[in-house]
Amino acid sequence: MRGTLLIARLTWLETRRRRIALAALVCGLLFLAVFATAMYHGFRIAEAQGGTNPVEMRIAATVLTVAGLYVVNFLVTAVAILLPIDSLSGEIGSGVIQTLASKPIDRAAIVVGKWLAYLAMTAAYLALLGGGVLLTMRAFADFTAPAVVAPLALMLLGAAVMLTITIAGGVRLSTITNGIVAFGFYGVAFIAGWIEQILSLFQNTTARYVGTVVSLVSPSDAMWRRAAYELQPLTAVVFQAGPFGVASVPSAAMIVWTVLFIAGVLAFAAWQFRRRPL
Amino acid sequence: MPEYAIETAALRREFGRNVAVAGLSLAVPRGEVFGFLGPNGAGKTTSLKLLLGLVPPTSGSGTVLGAPLGNTEARARIGFLPEHFRFHDCLNARELLYFHGRLLGLPRRGLETRIEALLLRVGLDDAGHRPLRTYSKGMTQRAGLAAALLGEPQLVFLDEPTSGLDPLGRLLVRDVIEELRAGGATVFLNSHLLGEVEATCDRVAFVKNGRVVHELTLASAEGTLDVELRLGGADEALLEGLAAFGSGVTRDGALVRLHAHAENVLPELARWLVGRGAALYELRCRRKTLEEWFVEVMGDDQRPG
Repeated sequence: MRGTLLIARLTWLETRRRRIALAALVCGLLFLAVFATAMYHGFRIAEAQGGTNPVEMRIAATVLTVAGLYVVNFLVTAVAILLPIDSLSGEIGSGVIQTLASKPIDRAAIVVGKWLAYLAMTAAYLALLGGGVLLTMRAFADFTAPAVVAPLALMLLGAAVMLTITIAGGVRLSTITNGIVAFGFYGVAFIAGWIEQILSLFQNTTARYVGTVVSLVSPSDAMWRRAAYELQPLTAVVFQAGPFGVASVPSAAMIVWTVLFIAGVLAFAAWQFRRRPL
Repeated sequence: MPEYAIETAALRREFGRNVAVAGLSLAVPRGEVFGFLGPNGAGKTTSLKLLLGLVPPTSGSGTVLGAPLGNTEARARIGFLPEHFRFHDCLNARELLYFHGRLLGLPRRGLETRIEALLLRVGLDDAGHRPLRTYSKGMTQRAGLAAALLGEPQLVFLDEPTSGLDPLGRLLVRDVIEELRAGGATVFLNSHLLGEVEATCDRVAFVKNGRVVHELTLASAEGTLDVELRLGGADEALLEGLAAFGSGVTRDGALVRLHAHAENVLPELARWLVGRGAALYELRCRRKTLEEWFVEVMGDDQRPG
């Protein structure tokens, strides 16, 4: 445990010193500033025109909240992939890892320590951006999301999937190859989610089956769809397909599977790293 | 406490079809400064990584400080300086040593004092606050040396420790090795600089194609002392008598050459010659250099690296 926490601390220190955390923070705040400006003006104009009824306003606020969080989900997922992209492969390439692995700590502590640090950073980034979007909507549209913790937790779970896949890839793959594989996983899950949603409207069981199988292999997009459902249960009937659609809602079993998936991939990464010549 | 700091039996490591280490059998007693020599590609670094547990063996076995290779706890008593020491270059030397100390399991209390003493020892006390990325190659290597010594190790692996160091830095490494020897630690030195090895090591092993092909005790290497005598009136009986002092006795006019068994036979040899009535005009002796040994042991198929 001592080794894991030390590696986590070292990882955080490195991320801070290399100004990665600062860059992510600045970009995140920029996004929030643009989002808040758009919401402020949009809802003020709508109010000034006075022709919008409360139901329409609520639907608009819900959709805009989900849209804002959709962008947040993408940014957080990108951060979850990019933060650890060269962490292991870079240290293996430069030889830094030889110094760490020759210390009296289990090699698994290096993998888990890095994972913990990046997960905490991803969670903080999600809390900042997701919290920012929700507070903006509350301030300017007087809209409170029906659920906050569950959707954000599901989004974190989706990001953690990509983070864990990237950490595992770094054990054996070069930085660029790892990046291609990680974004490939994300892209396949993303498009499979769309196919599953659109074709499920036509009761196409084959497409649903393919989508579910892909979600099992890469469950990040499934977590976003479940988060979107948690955010808009009332409007779910209206917006079924598309990025905010919830025509095919991932089940609670898929959430359990995602947690097991993360644990399994992390354990595999640690096992591979223990066996890897350094 | 086991007698040997390092003991291996037929360690082998293959990378696909490439055999990096063919069958490494070593026994390095505790407290010895041991040199590991060989041309580039001989498997020296892979051997060192096998001993450190960084690379698992394909077959064979071994112990380091009495523990099986790769044992996590034993690493707390091992220091390691890689050939090109690298660490997160955003840290300064104090932070680097702090993390190393904590990873070694050293308590926080007293760690700071130890870090300052080591920075002073390696000449980085003025630069301890600067990020490693601002260091020269030699300074980085000094920081790595301090990190290798931090846990007061019983066994220290030094992989080309003087690469990138200036003459003063090399002297520092030599002094540190002497201090480690005086403290009873075992040193495993992997170096291309034969003069450096000759000056510091008790014993060396020559590695070729992933195997130890020859071992040599430097302090009392048998047959390493070449003796040249200029004699008047040397007859066959005298030449036969010289064989008692060494091997390979040859004669070229007044010059007689032999390989003495040890340095302490020389006074006795001189007395014996004078006693036999031989006219001794000159007695010269020269120890075979490690470079000559290297060339002889590696043979014709050594390739420039």
